[in-house]
Amino acid sequence: MSYSESDKGLAARASKGDAAAFRLLLERYYDSVFRVAYGVLRDQTEAEDVTQEIWAAMPQKLKNWRGEAKLSTWLYRIAVNAAKDALRKKATRNRIKQSYAELQDLSRGEIADTKSRLNWLQTALDNLSEDLRDTAALTLGEEMNFAQAGEVLGVAEGTIAWRMSEIRKQLKALAQGDDGDRKAALL
Amino acid sequence: MSDELDKMREQFKNLKPSQNSRDVGMSQAMAAFDAAFSENNSEVSQGLEAEDRPISQETGATPVLTLWSSLMKSVKNLFSLSPKTMMMAGSCTAALMAAVIFMPIMEFETTPPVKPAVPEPVVENPIPEQPPISGDTDRDAPKDLGALDAKKDEIRTSPQITVEAPPKVEPRVKPESNVEEVQPTAPIAATDSETRVVIKGSDASESSPQAVQDIIKNSQIETTSPIEPSSDASTPPGGNTSINDLLGNAQKDTSKTQEGNIQIESETRQKRNEANDTIIVTGSRVREMQVSNAPELSFSQPIVAEASIASDSVYIQPPQVPDRFSARNNDKFEGFEPNPITSVRETPVSTFSIDVDTASYSFLRASLNRGQVPPPESIRVEEMINYFSYDYDAPTSAKEPFKANVTVTPTPWNADTKLMHIGIKGYVPPVEEASESNIVLLIDTSGSMRAQNKLPLLISSFKLLLDTLDENDTVSIVTYAGRAGTALEPTPASEKAQIIAALENLRSGGSTAGAAGLELAYQKATESFKEDGINRVILATDGDFNVGFSSPQEMKTYISKKRQSGIFLSVLGFGQGNYNDHLMQSLAQNGNGIAAYIDTLSEANKVLANEARSALQMIAKDVKIQVEFNPATISEYRLIGYETRALNREDFNNDAVDAGDIGSGHTVTAIYELTPVGSPAQVIDDLRYASGTIDEVASDSDEYAFIKIRHKLPDSDTSRLQTFPISEAQETRFNRTDEDVRFASAVAAFGQKLRGDVHLTDYDYEEIIALAERSKGADKEGYRAEFIRLAEMAKALEQ
Repeated sequence: MSYSESDKGLAARASKGDAAAFRLLLERYYDSVFRVAYGVLRDQTEAEDVTQEIWAAMPQKLKNWRGEAKLSTWLYRIAVNAAKDALRKKATRNRIKQSYAELQDLSRGEIADTKSRLNWLQTALDNLSEDLRDTAALTLGEEMNFAQAGEVLGVAEGTIAWRMSEIRKQLKALAQGDDGDRKAALL
Repeated sequence: MSDELDKMREQFKNLKPSQNSRDVGMSQAMAAFDAAFSENNSEVSQGLEAEDRPISQETGATPVLTLWSSLMKSVKNLFSLSPKTMMMAGSCTAALMAAVIFMPIMEFETTPPVKPAVPEPVVENPIPEQPPISGDTDRDAPKDLGALDAKKDEIRTSPQITVEAPPKVEPRVKPESNVEEVQPTAPIAATDSETRVVIKGSDASESSPQAVQDIIKNSQIETTSPIEPSSDASTPPGGNTSINDLLGNAQKDTSKTQEGNIQIESETRQKRNEANDTIIVTGSRVREMQVSNAPELSFSQPIVAEASIASDSVYIQPPQVPDRFSARNNDKFEGFEPNPITSVRETPVSTFSIDVDTASYSFLRASLNRGQVPPPESIRVEEMINYFSYDYDAPTSAKEPFKANVTVTPTPWNADTKLMHIGIKGYVPPVEEASESNIVLLIDTSGSMRAQNKLPLLISSFKLLLDTLDENDTVSIVTYAGRAGTALEPTPASEKAQIIAALENLRSGGSTAGAAGLELAYQKATESFKEDGINRVILATDGDFNVGFSSPQEMKTYISKKRQSGIFLSVLGFGQGNYNDHLMQSLAQNGNGIAAYIDTLSEANKVLANEARSALQMIAKDVKIQVEFNPATISEYRLIGYETRALNREDFNNDAVDAGDIGSGHTVTAIYELTPVGSPAQVIDDLRYASGTIDEVASDSDEYAFIKIRHKLPDSDTSRLQTFPISEAQETRFNRTDEDVRFASAVAAFGQKLRGDVHLTDYDYEEIIALAERSKGADKEGYRAEFIRLAEMAKALEQ
């Protein structure tokens, strides 16, 4: 079964030009990269765009892949960085792209149930600072342990642990309605 | 406290990119991969860090962006307009394109499939001689504005919306349009307009008035909020939610729509003088006949957009928006009209194929459970009736594969008519006779199957099926997603652990290469073919076959061919939002299989475990029913349901014509509503000149009807005929008949009621519920109790 081949093996084959191996990696990690990007960007459309960009650039990067880190770590690092880049560029995006993004948003017809389901997540993420968001995306979304997440983000394991407790605290505050406005936003 | 973390974790898990974006991203990445590893192109940079996103990539954006920019360029070249005007035009274009892209969401397929509409270039006569108020996009348009009110009906024939760009729009304004007026034929055009964009429906007669109405409504909703000249582009597009409402309300709200239009008319007139740009949305010319009917949801054609810029020389046709562009709420159903009341004198013979599918009922249940009344197209009354099993008399030997039980009763919803109930029960072979099975599970593992009610439910469902199989049966698993793969080679069903492990290893991801998957599945079925057994591919999907076969027709042909080699196909539908009912139905029909819709594990249990044998073991195939009515006793008849199974009269005796199949123990029920001669319920007048002769011919018989049933034994290509005359002898009082017949009548009533049939206007949900309650019987599995619950939900929803 094709599912069983290791990331490392696939990446090695892909970096030598094996399209089938690359395809499998794509299928395995496309949505994960998207989720991480969403965690940073908090916007479905933007995250979709960034995910497309990341994967379009991946073959070039893969050429230089030396297998020093775990593939997933490497991929997530790329995803986090690309998403943060995109976040910074967000403000200066040119107008055509913006109206296009709206068009596409419209056309996708992401209908109410997804929207409302994601609404809580989006609001919750909005209330976290940038560092906490990517940490949340990796530890919660991708179920990485603190060490792995630390490796992706280039910080110590202890930092991740501290951030997780911050996240917990802030979410709790949110739920308990310490901040009336935020609570209202959630409801 | 940790609840919050869990909630976040869970919500992260549910995140996924839209199918469209994923497909685009993947193909883009594969293209980049090819480019990167072909020597010539080793320098290609895909630009990630500091550069703008490359636009040259083949993304979903490209066609739209190209269209947009070329449109703008043309406008500029032609008129050298000020940038500000350009922006306004652009915004409006974008809004309209958004509306157009939306159209496929509301698309329901009709049969037969329609040829693609050929868009006509719109030749506009731009600058000169525009009368101040009445526009002239439509040459033969009457110019009478005052008739607006009176023309509510006509609005749907050829509606034209004049959309006026908001005055003084800043360049950054989001696509937003201000509906100025809806008018049947004579649009109000801006006086000094120089730029206009016309979106014009295709001229195909199938195009729907509904579509145009939806555009109207959509635009209107945007109008109601005051337009902020500097509305920030980052505010979520209002249309996004409103469209959802539209889907639900479209039917009821037509009249309101027009009132709304009139109300805003005066206000918008004031604005007219300030406006420079006009956008006109022109509905297609719709066949008169369709329009005069009650609101119709079934239309097949996304409105094809044309943008025409104030000159006959510029005409841009945007790309056909792919179906999947709208990833959600894209369920497709084959449209059909309920069977009409037919005069026995004119058409004494009614012919149809049996249908043992149940998908429609499950879909309806899933809809109601989510608090939505299912769309009328999704309701096939016969599938609702046949969802329940009835305790009809069964035949005693395989020589006689089924037995027909006919009962005539008064109609619960109409005192002046009768119901003729044809209940067919298939032979149940003793256990030792049951054949060996060779089953290939063909499982859709594409990204859209990730949801809990899809792949995980599917895996649990197949475990139930597995319990009904033994060491003589073979199971293989083939998956399809980005590419087809074999997850499990043919394995004896006794190796349960191995099969379960393979099932649990399934992961979703990628697009859907259905064709390759089908081929691989048939290949596996051939490998482990059982000469005397059941050879069946069971396809489980949420309905997307987007890669491979170029047309559904091609796929059907392929499946029919395989059917002849002894491998049948059944289809199990999962999930909602993307479910392609029409395709699933026709695949199963062409593959001699059943189509069922699995929404819960208990449904899976019903379809796969309890009924596995009957679904798997066919005892008669190509079963057709033909009923000839006696004009001396019956004046009119109406077949309830089976619209999609109607056959031509001559097809009955033509063994080459395919029809439905009966599995062991299956029950199939068909109900006719009959109007006896002389009944006040008769709706079609007798003919003045042609009555006598027929009466004389048949007058010596007091039979109601003559039923003929044809079937083939599973291994035969020659049909056998059974006939039964139906007369007063089969007639009983409604309350004297057995529970099954009464319950089936209640289900029939419910289906018709949900479909909005006129025949049940005076019969309400409460009576249906009461009838079902009285005829519930033992109801061991609780299906009938569930039905009553659903009827109660429908009642609450429709109030």
